Amino acid sequence: MNVIEVQNLRKEFKSYSSRSGLSGAFRDLFTRNYKTLAAVDDISLNIKQGEMVGYIGENGAGKSTTIKMLTGILTPTSGSIVVNGMNPHKQREEFVRTIGVVFGQRSQLWWDIAVQESFRLLKKVYRVSDEDYNRHMGHVIETLEIGPLLDKPVRKLSLGQRMRCELAAALIHNPPLLFLDEPTIGLDVLVKLKIRKFLKEINEQYKTTILLTTHDLTDIEALCERVVLLDEGKIIYDGKLNQLQSQAVEGKQVEFEFLTEIAKNNLVFLPNVQWEQKDATTWLAHVNGDERLVSQLISLVVQKNPIKNVRINEVSTEEIVRKIYEEGMALA
Amino acid sequence: MSMYLEMIRVRFLMMLAYRTNYYSGILIYSINIGAYYFLWSAIYGNNEEIQGLSVLQMTTYVAVAWMARAFYFNNIDREIAAEIKDGKVAIEMIRPYNYLGMKTMQALGEGIFRLLFFSVPGMIIVALVFPISFSANLSTWLFFFVSLVFSFIVNTQINLLTGIMSFFLFNNTGLIRAKRVVIDLFSGLLLPISFYPLWAQTVMTYLPFQAISYIPSMIFTEGFVGKEIFNAVLLQAFWALILLIPIRLLWSLAKKQLIVQGG
Repeated sequence: MNVIEVQNLRKEFKSYSSRSGLSGAFRDLFTRNYKTLAAVDDISLNIKQGEMVGYIGENGAGKSTTIKMLTGILTPTSGSIVVNGMNPHKQREEFVRTIGVVFGQRSQLWWDIAVQESFRLLKKVYRVSDEDYNRHMGHVIETLEIGPLLDKPVRKLSLGQRMRCELAAALIHNPPLLFLDEPTIGLDVLVKLKIRKFLKEINEQYKTTILLTTHDLTDIEALCERVVLLDEGKIIYDGKLNQLQSQAVEGKQVEFEFLTEIAKNNLVFLPNVQWEQKDATTWLAHVNGDERLVSQLISLVVQKNPIKNVRINEVSTEEIVRKIYEEGMALA
Repeated sequence: MSMYLEMIRVRFLMMLAYRTNYYSGILIYSINIGAYYFLWSAIYGNNEEIQGLSVLQMTTYVAVAWMARAFYFNNIDREIAAEIKDGKVAIEMIRPYNYLGMKTMQALGEGIFRLLFFSVPGMIIVALVFPISFSANLSTWLFFFVSLVFSFIVNTQINLLTGIMSFFLFNNTGLIRAKRVVIDLFSGLLLPISFYPLWAQTVMTYLPFQAISYIPSMIFTEGFVGKEIFNAVLLQAFWALILLIPIRLLWSLAKKQLIVQGG
């Protein structure tokens, strides 16, 4: 069953460019140069119930715009959106009861009052019964360890504390679908781990579907099997994360640290292997091939020369994504 | 419905969170009432009455107008503008409630708070310091409160309209300031409408502003009698209904136009 069905979604923004200088500013008073930009350009996407999907892309790639359309905040210029069987914009009030949203960049708790007052208000807003609230939120509060924070006003919380409260606030009505827009922005490792663990838990327990945007790819690695990669408003990759890795990897690097100094002609030469000296005892092999070639190389080198250390450098997701951002998808 | 009550409660808490605002508000209102009292005593001089209002009625008018202002006055136009400007309105759009309804409830929470903890004690203090006449007539009080509710509704509607304008203008501090001056001037807060030249009075009957301050104050001071009271309250109700139309129209336009600024 698809929780999110998006077809040929498009959102255009009209923006104006200011002319330069004082005379330009005067001219801008009367006529302005408008130009139309497509922030989201013809996207189609289906997400099944219980999936955790990472939605990544550069700044300005159109991630947040997509999320805002999926949550009914923005109206699409064209295309169709069906989320939880509803049209988010048309059936807004009914629809938003079935989703939870966290925007990492802005707070949805009331700034001047204690966290528990915000929770109480949201409980009323979403018409959650006392029984449901106590059962579900008791667990959430415990897992996120926010019990001691509940009586503090939001403005006195640290970013990490606030973020955990935000997450709890988004889950008060236990929504089957959760949108997280950069939920771990600016958080330390411990809080990040706590939040990840918690997200995994609710995903397993309630089959909550989660759509997550982030710039921290370790979030995606830890949580999402599927990634959707966006560039200039277009989806350039949609599939498994490890597939993205294996597709984009050009090869591996093997770093040999020898016991003694080794001259280049003492090394093993194979086709598709290139050597590069790092320092006197360390050589780097660029292997353009699969794992078999790597193990063949290592076994040959080890037989010939005594070594201190061998390291196989995998290309990290971050590296892959950086390459894709820079060079486009042609690589993969 | 309970969530709207809860919102009023939250607003109470927010008002209590900023005590300095509360205390300085009392001071400002007292200064204003005092200043206008002395100004009007000077203007009256030896005159018994001007434009059908006696000195006593005039001081009562001033005191009541300011105390009523504490109830109907709110900053939701500025709040809406701020929420649009920093993109917080996005959060409001993912809540299963009517944004404008919720804003009105917040304004009401603020109004009730100030009526109870500000106007009532303030009025008692003012009555001790300045000569003020309170009506013994129960129906006057009743009409006054009905009319006060309408003045809250009309003022809030105008605030909503001003606030929604920032969906189109993105920055409407100028408009908000202009609106404030217009309301203070044309609502009869600074000067009773009957003091304006006749042509200006005619113009003002076609504007909603006198429904905000002039009508409740005139009812309280018994400047209106008999059928006049009835007509005045009807006029307020009329404006409360009429103003719903532009709000509805602008709001549905605004929702289409909504661009969340920042991010």
